[in-house]
Amino acid sequence: MSTATATPGAAPPRGSMKQNRRWALIWSYVFLSIFAAFFLLPPIYMFITSLKTSAEVSAATTPWWVHNPTLDNYKALLTSREFMIFFRNSVVVSTCVVIITMLISILAAFSLARMKFWGSATLATGVFLTYLVPDTLLFIPLFKIFAWLHEVTDIQFINRWWMLIILYPTLTVPFCTWIMIGYFASIPKELDEAAIMDGASYMQVLTRIFIPVALPGIIAATIFAFTVSWAQFLYPLAFTTSTDQLLLPVGIVTTLIKGDVFNWGQIMTGALLGALPPLVIYAFLMDYYIAGLTAGATKG
Amino acid sequence: MADVQLRKLVKRYDEVEAVRGIDLDIADHEFVVLVGPSGCGKTTTLRMIAGLEEITDGDIRIAGEVVNDIPPKDRDIAMVFQNYALYPHMTVTENMSFGLRLKRFAQEVIAGRVSEAAQILDIRELLERKPRQLSGGQRQRVAMGRAIVRHAKVFLFDEPLSNLDAKLRVQMRTEIKKLHLRLRTTTVYVTHDQVEAMTLADRVVVMNNGRIEQAGAPTELYASPRTRFVAGFIGSPAMNFIPCVLEQAAGALRVAIPGGPSFDVPGDRTARYAASAGRKLLLGLRPEHVTEPGGAEHPSVQAFETVLEVTEPMGMETLVYFPMAGTQVCGRVDPGAGAMPNKRMTLVADMRHMHLIDEESGLVL
Repeated sequence: MSTATATPGAAPPRGSMKQNRRWALIWSYVFLSIFAAFFLLPPIYMFITSLKTSAEVSAATTPWWVHNPTLDNYKALLTSREFMIFFRNSVVVSTCVVIITMLISILAAFSLARMKFWGSATLATGVFLTYLVPDTLLFIPLFKIFAWLHEVTDIQFINRWWMLIILYPTLTVPFCTWIMIGYFASIPKELDEAAIMDGASYMQVLTRIFIPVALPGIIAATIFAFTVSWAQFLYPLAFTTSTDQLLLPVGIVTTLIKGDVFNWGQIMTGALLGALPPLVIYAFLMDYYIAGLTAGATKG
Repeated sequence: MADVQLRKLVKRYDEVEAVRGIDLDIADHEFVVLVGPSGCGKTTTLRMIAGLEEITDGDIRIAGEVVNDIPPKDRDIAMVFQNYALYPHMTVTENMSFGLRLKRFAQEVIAGRVSEAAQILDIRELLERKPRQLSGGQRQRVAMGRAIVRHAKVFLFDEPLSNLDAKLRVQMRTEIKKLHLRLRTTTVYVTHDQVEAMTLADRVVVMNNGRIEQAGAPTELYASPRTRFVAGFIGSPAMNFIPCVLEQAAGALRVAIPGGPSFDVPGDRTARYAASAGRKLLLGLRPEHVTEPGGAEHPSVQAFETVLEVTEPMGMETLVYFPMAGTQVCGRVDPGAGAMPNKRMTLVADMRHMHLIDEESGLVL
């Protein structure tokens, strides 16, 4: 980092702007370092453990060093049929959930933010309140609903991975709609009025003006929906049981912990590989994500 | 192109009546400016003509057709917004051609119209830029270009110059006037700036409290305001309103200012004001009719003495301020007249341009 502000031998006077800035920077680095260490240590630990054999994991050596690095855990998982099924199930579920979520959220947010109608403000608040209900409260009633649906329709919903595509949007749609309402609300009203005067229908205003202008917000919401559905643990744990129906987070835990035997090396490898897709998406879309989350904070 | 008629137009928001039954006929090719203070209902009226606000009561006719329930896109009108409202993700060309593309015009027609508008507005070199790469004035030109390419029946302008700096505003004002002289499209223009209204309009419509106070040619409104509101709103600096008593003496009328001078009412106004003799009124005089002595003498140009409080040299003239009957009066004198603060000075009031206003009703007598 630049230290050009500090002139050797001539310390800035106490209370000066230079001095204040220097202290602000020092404290920033102190807290950022603590923050970074706190959040980076678990993945580093996962990575180190993933390179160890089971024998080395259980040996009484320092957990922060690998004496005999091996890629066996990676080979074992990447050639495992089960792991590939979990991965495929997760990819299909997350992709479908993202598509369904964005379709519903964008349309809902546009109508709530722009098409004033009776009860629209209450509905918008309602959407946010729905988000505040935790999934731990919802999964039992949802389980009962699906059991009842099975009785009525004779279609098996429980223990089917595809039913998570119907379930996950209950978690993602409210928050994504809420983000999009905020983002759409930050678009000047005159923009849609100008489009309407130009002859656009509401749908054209949405597709030709709002979606391109609100792209950073849409990307932020997409990343959120993907992360939530990729990392969701409780619903797949409660609703799926057969090995071929499991998703990655539950699959790793249930198949790699056998009784009281923990295959730590493979568990850590699985978790690391499982964390890769969101990481890659974040890395590519980070700039858009930040722009999306801070939209409306200042008048652009 | 088309004429626009407003009949008993009303707009109510819950308890608030923003527009209170206005009637207005805007002729084909006419440039009408709606002017008034904030909240007078001018923008609401414009938005109702555009179709962006629903009408509570009354009728709007464009080219003879009632358009109350016709959506904006089918009214064949183009609008220029205060904050430009350019689509930020589109280039200037795309912005201007958006409406035509939606209506599926042929590519050659679109290209021709964009090119024509760009030439008129002198923005040919900006066509491939995005709005964020343009200055305020350029953005406003593009916004006008978007309206021009539509070849619409009516142009609506909603305070289009408010976001520009003073110099650019004057420049764009001239551009808009030139544009209208060239295209002759029926135009309704909303502004709170009376100078804009006076300079641009064929006819100025002064609005206040949701009603039309007066509509007429700019010079007519300036010379013959019908209400105190119009008299005070049109003209800069504003007209002076001085409390006075209209006295009758030997068949003539005099305007007596308490604690100040008295002025004879010109003979040709005697009949008009006779019925109000003895009443307390307001004398309305524009600053240019309170000036230094000189020029051709006329019995209605009457002198009085005063001590100046403040002077404002403007270059081509000097504004002088002095107290009279508890109000501050503004006059306009020649820069060479030697006006200075605290200086005793003889000024003249040109009573040929006087107005007498009934304070209670606010009407000009």
